[in-house]
Amino acid sequence: MLKILKSFARRILQRIFKKRENIKIGFYGPPNAGKTSVANRICKDWTGEEIGIVSKIPHETRHVQFKEKVNIDHKGKTLAFKIVDTPGLATKIDYEDFMKFGVKKGQAKKRAKEATQGIIESIQWLEDMDAVIVVLDAAENPYSQVNITIIGNLVARKIPTLVVANKIDLKKASIKKVEAAFPDYDVVGISAKEGTGFDDFYEALFRLSKRV
Amino acid sequence: MKHKKIRGLSLQVIPFAELRELSISERVKKILGLVLNDKIVIVHGRLRAEEEARLIEDTMAMVDHVKSFKGIELAVIEPDMRRENIIVRMKHNIAKSLVGDSSALTVVGPASIIKEIKRDPKKIELFLK
Repeated sequence: MLKILKSFARRILQRIFKKRENIKIGFYGPPNAGKTSVANRICKDWTGEEIGIVSKIPHETRHVQFKEKVNIDHKGKTLAFKIVDTPGLATKIDYEDFMKFGVKKGQAKKRAKEATQGIIESIQWLEDMDAVIVVLDAAENPYSQVNITIIGNLVARKIPTLVVANKIDLKKASIKKVEAAFPDYDVVGISAKEGTGFDDFYEALFRLSKRV
Repeated sequence: MKHKKIRGLSLQVIPFAELRELSISERVKKILGLVLNDKIVIVHGRLRAEEEARLIEDTMAMVDHVKSFKGIELAVIEPDMRRENIIVRMKHNIAKSLVGDSSALTVVGPASIIKEIKRDPKKIELFLK
């Protein structure tokens, strides 16, 4: 409770004394939803460099990684962001799941250990975010408890939130399902892989920044 | 395909009153203590969002330190109040602030026993390993 009050007071003070620049945007969500792919696409578009490595094996991102001063232009307006890409949140980690992707036992155990620490790191960074983009896989069931827990924590901390339904290029993808699961939020459908939906995404991102 | 028979399943129901007086750490410790003993815990009520986050943090710390513990499956079942009118929602919120969210159920179980908890707005399904 004290943590939440502190974070709320800090944001109020920042609003009064700081210019709206280098807005810290956190990318949160379950593993393999495409957080790093979305962050890479944005960073590549505006800085020419990517933020991290992507992989089909879950928990590829096991440490928080960020890029400072990402200046994004949209409709004649420029805003500077600090893009923070976080490890995927999960309630269970089993090294044997990584072995199904061909990872050797020793490496799989190491990956599992790093993944557990990454999840803790992710949750602890939540305090520092000005706004959060929750990245979900539009082809998966949006009603998972992890998604609900993330959103619940953002509400409790009063952090402005945008929900991104990624992978809309997949046949099974449904933006409507994501919208139905989170009716109180702006939901934008994108494909980080194909680069579609990013005009709407930037529009929503600038709208979100006004609430910071 | 051969399926293993379930030899027994231990469920433990915790009334919310039992958790109300505990601090966040104590609540999470109590739940995880039971889960570590292979019990599926049903809490009459729901944890606050920050408690759920703490539950995940502590679970991850335990996965890191307790051999063969793979984590938890977690699900909250609660009535969908979005379609109710404002008076009903107000009554619900007042009751919630007075006695805690007793209209919800929180299910927490070891990931080594529960394969998956699937939920959509209308139902919840618990799949065992």
